[in-house]
Amino acid sequence: MDMNTKDINGNGNTKISKQNVDTVKKKFAFTEIWKKYSIAFVLLMMIVTISIIEPKFLSSKNIFNVLTQAAIFGIMSLGLTLIIISKGIDLSAGSLLALAGIIAASLGQVANATSKFYPNIGELPLIIPILVALGIGGILGTINGGLIAFTGIPAFIATLGMTTIARGFTLMYTGGKPISQLTPQFTFLGDKIGILPIPVLIYGIMIIITWVILNYTSFGKNIYAIGGNINAAEVSGVNVKKNIVLIYMYAGLMYGVAALVFAGRVGSVHPGAATGYELTAIAATTIGGTSHAGGIGTIGGAVIGALILSVLRNGLTLLGVQAYWQQIVEGAIIVGAVIVDMRKHKKKN
Amino acid sequence: MTEDKNILEMRNIVKTFPGVQALKGVDLNVKYGEIHALLGENGAGKSTLVKCLIGIYQKTSGEIVFESECIDNYTTADALRMGISMIHQELSPVEHRSIMENIWLGREPKTKLGFVDHNKMYEITKEVLKRIDLDEDPKTLMADLSVAKIQMIEIAKAISYNAKLIIMDEPTSALTNKEIDQLFTIMRKLKEEGKSIIYISHKLEEIFTICDTITVYRDGEYIGTERVSDIDTPTLIKMMVGRNVNELYPKVKCDTGDIKLEVDNLTSEGAFRDVSFKVRKGEILGIAGLVGAGRTELIETLFGLRKKTYGQIKIDGKEVDVRTPQEAKGKKMALLTEDRRLNGIFPMLTVFQNITIANLFKYENKFRLFNHKEAIRDVNEYVESIQIKTPSIYQRMENLSGGNQQKVLVARWLMTSPEILIMDEPTRGIDVGAKAEIYKLISTLAEQGKSVILVSSELPEVMRMSDTIMVMYEGRVAGILNNSKDLTQEEIMHYATGQIMKDKAEYM
Ligand SMILES: Nc1ncnc2c1ncn2[C@@H]1O[C@H](COP(=O)(O)OP(=O)(O)OP(=O)(O)O)[C@@H](O)[C@H]1O
Ligand SMILES: [Mg+2]
Repeated sequence: MDMNTKDINGNGNTKISKQNVDTVKKKFAFTEIWKKYSIAFVLLMMIVTISIIEPKFLSSKNIFNVLTQAAIFGIMSLGLTLIIISKGIDLSAGSLLALAGIIAASLGQVANATSKFYPNIGELPLIIPILVALGIGGILGTINGGLIAFTGIPAFIATLGMTTIARGFTLMYTGGKPISQLTPQFTFLGDKIGILPIPVLIYGIMIIITWVILNYTSFGKNIYAIGGNINAAEVSGVNVKKNIVLIYMYAGLMYGVAALVFAGRVGSVHPGAATGYELTAIAATTIGGTSHAGGIGTIGGAVIGALILSVLRNGLTLLGVQAYWQQIVEGAIIVGAVIVDMRKHKKKN
Repeated sequence: MTEDKNILEMRNIVKTFPGVQALKGVDLNVKYGEIHALLGENGAGKSTLVKCLIGIYQKTSGEIVFESECIDNYTTADALRMGISMIHQELSPVEHRSIMENIWLGREPKTKLGFVDHNKMYEITKEVLKRIDLDEDPKTLMADLSVAKIQMIEIAKAISYNAKLIIMDEPTSALTNKEIDQLFTIMRKLKEEGKSIIYISHKLEEIFTICDTITVYRDGEYIGTERVSDIDTPTLIKMMVGRNVNELYPKVKCDTGDIKLEVDNLTSEGAFRDVSFKVRKGEILGIAGLVGAGRTELIETLFGLRKKTYGQIKIDGKEVDVRTPQEAKGKKMALLTEDRRLNGIFPMLTVFQNITIANLFKYENKFRLFNHKEAIRDVNEYVESIQIKTPSIYQRMENLSGGNQQKVLVARWLMTSPEILIMDEPTRGIDVGAKAEIYKLISTLAEQGKSVILVSSELPEVMRMSDTIMVMYEGRVAGILNNSKDLTQEEIMHYATGQIMKDKAEYM
């Protein structure tokens, strides 16, 4: 009878399945670890390879150099990670950085600067340029988000428009001239405390804040939901429009922070600053495993992605590779990383 | 003559996914001209097996013999060429393309010059649609069709391959009686032509109506194969579940209280008009009707997903204006939607994320940070109580079986502890055992004084669960019936097909 058939089959199969389960478990554990940390392995391997060829790479000075280089587009990529998880994109990151940076810089010049932008005001405390940079980033980010959420135009288009507009404003604001001679307070943002570079410190703080937001707040969880299935998010009671605005606003704030670090480090801002930075930041996020199909991505990944790019640039320079080649290698790495990442998400096996 | 020959023999099939052994060595033998039911609980491995057969998955080990030939390592395109086609459990239409482009996707008829021959495509699509008795213009966009229609198109597509073996994975879960009858007629015709069908369904009446043979799996293991004529429902259920399920619909009659929700002349232009009804605390209101009767649109309006043209909604006697799902949730309403792929699940997110998404506020501490520990505990509780089969709560939703995805959605909404729970086809694709469990949960809610609105195309479900039944016909309320023992399916169908309304009109 039927129940007998089951028993016979059941017994016949237990042996096979037991064996299978064990091998499956082993394989499972390995693939899981590989899946989770594959991109970290890549970073590790790059570091090992480069430092074997050029031991100078591992000097603490150089390591902090790498981290400092990563800080600016790393901070931008934190905001972009939230955006891309929500299945959006932001092409305006670089030009928002420039606009926020140049206006902040114009309010952060020393009193006796040779070409002072506002000759009538003296030296302002650092808090003013900080608030201005964050304000501009936040407001323009909000406009990005508002356009996307309330008019329904694709993020690509909305932010492409914003890119051009913000760059235009930047040029108009200074008449095309750079702004330099920032206060010591301001350039301190690009300096060091002991051996610790301030940009790295700021990057670290932003990483922690963003990580907490993404993992421990309703806002963070809503971001995954919006990227995962926007209709289902709506039905589940997620205020989709509000959250989209908040996402782009948060990203704008990150560009503002990055603008301050940029201005502090370089000591001046010119109207064409940070052109193309958004692409580096998007690349960092993407290398870090954030999926442009939405719903998938981590802050840890974005940080590793930024480090990979920074290590690569620094390493290739140390190894004396020509700048042209650096670009070609970088492009190949970005595409390669995404291919690896897509394979890991493939369902079939 | 061919009566006893097997068209398909699958032996000792094993399929493993990372962390899950979905099939542990199962068999399936299908004869020529046979309708063979494949049965089992959610997650038993039915879909996995047929996906191995159609070439979507590669089996880990085992043997497949089709028409006396051993086949291995083939793609879906190969399978279609060999004469195996499939109606998928999860629909995947290309939304913004027409019916005909969907049906002939990837094999469009060509002109001599190699361009797509749209005229021919139009004609042959008409023919195919006629075979399944569907009266739609082949140029209609898929996005403009109802779920049921899309399902019928999928059926048309599977038939259009002229396959010798057609796999149907829960084809009726989105259909109503009329279309199910249509489908059965087609199936009988195919059978007469000597074609074989593998039929997967959780609706046992269908099995007894249309199938010749059944094969049952449980937890990826083969349980047995029987002729339908040799078996009865309790035995079948026991084979599937491994125990006796006595009360399938354990509705506890309970006292109803004050009016919780009152709807007056609610109208949404083009969908339904002048709908009025009341639901009391502790009452289960069933809404019956055919596809297109406006049931889904009605509850979408209640939940703020659709604009009302006019009319009143009162909760606890106070008029409310619900314009968004957030507002509805604020009024302690919950809505389990009908179309789980479109606006139900988050495929790439985990089971945990899928359940908690509507409940985030519950787990915020005073710093507005998320308390994972508590949430994990509660999610695990639900996973256990409605038997969601998943290796862990961190499994991605897309890796769960269809029925288990549905259970996750049920858990999501039960967890919001709603005062008014609206469910649109809540047990779609859910197995008998788990169905009983969900009914029990709904009953418990009613006992606690919550109001439940249950939309279902399964009349037995509505009749056993509801205190009151509202029948809709073409966007209007055809009748509101007190559910008593004397109420028959026929009577409800009279209302649902508009006969009684018309009768009344004639008297007036
Ligand atoms: N791609 C996948 N990755 C991991 N696990 C999977 C995958 N597909 C299916 N499974 C698992 O395999 C088991 C069998 O799933 P399957 O979809 O075959 O069930 P089913 O019998 O069709 O159930 P239902 O009646 O709910 O549709 C389930 O436990 C499911 O979680
Ligand atoms: Mg299935």
